[in-house]
Amino acid sequence: MIKEKPLIGVVDYQAGNLRSVQKALEKFGAQVVISSEKQHLLNADAIVFPGQGACDASMQNLKKKSLDELLIRLINDQVPFLGVCLGLQLLLENSEEGIEDCLGVIQGNVKKFSPGLKIPHMGWNQVEWKIDHPVFKNIPNYQNFYFVHSYYADLVDESLIAGVTQYGHKFSSAVCFDNVIATQFHPEKSGSWGLQIYNNFIEFVIGV
Amino acid sequence: MLTKRIIPCLDVDQGRVVKGISFVNLRDAGDPVELARFYDQEGADELVFLDITASSDNRNIMENVVKSVSEEVFIPLTVGGGIRNKEDIRLMLESGADKVSLNSAVLSNPDIIYQSADFFGSQCIVCAIDAKRISDTSVTFNDQISEEYSIDSSTEWEVYSHGGRKPTGIDVVKWSKYVAQMGAGEILLTSMDRDGQESGYDIQLLKDVSNQISIPLIASGGAGKIEHFKQAIEHGKADAVLAASTFHFGTFSINQVKQYLQDHHIPIRKTY
Repeated sequence: MIKEKPLIGVVDYQAGNLRSVQKALEKFGAQVVISSEKQHLLNADAIVFPGQGACDASMQNLKKKSLDELLIRLINDQVPFLGVCLGLQLLLENSEEGIEDCLGVIQGNVKKFSPGLKIPHMGWNQVEWKIDHPVFKNIPNYQNFYFVHSYYADLVDESLIAGVTQYGHKFSSAVCFDNVIATQFHPEKSGSWGLQIYNNFIEFVIGV
Repeated sequence: MLTKRIIPCLDVDQGRVVKGISFVNLRDAGDPVELARFYDQEGADELVFLDITASSDNRNIMENVVKSVSEEVFIPLTVGGGIRNKEDIRLMLESGADKVSLNSAVLSNPDIIYQSADFFGSQCIVCAIDAKRISDTSVTFNDQISEEYSIDSSTEWEVYSHGGRKPTGIDVVKWSKYVAQMGAGEILLTSMDRDGQESGYDIQLLKDVSNQISIPLIASGGAGKIEHFKQAIEHGKADAVLAASTFHFGTFSINQVKQYLQDHHIPIRKTY
């Protein structure tokens, strides 16, 4: 059992605003350290890997500090891990958005939405759950979450898909395996249902 | 299915919301945090804060507003008004804004769109456009402006800058297409002819712009009746509708608008 106030390491790799993520975690009693330092992240009870922006620049920022290796190691060591938006996409092998290899802990590629759709996919859209996971508990099907992205994760192993969303076609909007949970939407921008996910994640971390 | 967004817009002057909500008992109708919390509970899908002082001396006041709002309200937050360069954008995003709205800065330096989209990502760059219908007497041809977006004999709406005070010689439809190509993530289109008139959004303007762009379009200016929101979405093809006084004065609530849209088969996010 982890202590009542788990320490959550939020990975800072210059990919967007981390303030809302921090505040959402703190709201449910977590201690938060936002850092790009290996030791800080190694000391944490769990990792949140948020992100927005370009894939290549983000991978380069991770590699500069060898955070790519660290994240793979933490995932393999079963440290509870929540990826958000780009933090989901970077878990796959590569992305149509760039040429850099991504982390490759999930088989599959990141693809661009087809032309003809408005891009970015921006706004509130529904998630249909495919897996009962403790991090998604007490959230009914088809609740709206806030999305903003132009690319989506195309997984090889469909059994990892925890939730799907319709935009032109159905894509994976939530993924989970082992102690990894990742969402394409932003729970920290999705009102009360999004906050429920952070609350659930912290309970999940305490329970591990 | 992606839902249509309803967005209240709050004007901020020296850190205080002006034209604050006048119909409910708020402890402090000028407090940005209290108003943000109120609109979040009302079902707002996003919030737009417009800094109307917009001078660089007040930049840190606005930063603090954004910081305190983003600590308590967990829906997307856009900040506009007086944002001039990448540094201004960075400060707003770091304070907790999800998007910034650029207007005059883009007109004086169009490159700022692709530079900032490249650096921060298109998703956080909103290009605001103030549009005014051309009358024969108001045409300002300006050969300093690139032909790609200068007004010509077929132009119907002209872009205005500096809070709608200065005509620019730029064609609204061409300009929208241009900023979208340059990497804007969204366009916030205000009809100056309709703003404050409560006679409905300018549907023809919305339609002409939405036909030319493949990024989301926010309709602004003219909401007065509940059916205006439906018209902007259905006929104007807007992805989101923005309004200020109709919400602040309590003509109807955001949830009433959403219920009305849902009754007319327009997808919305239900929060009630």
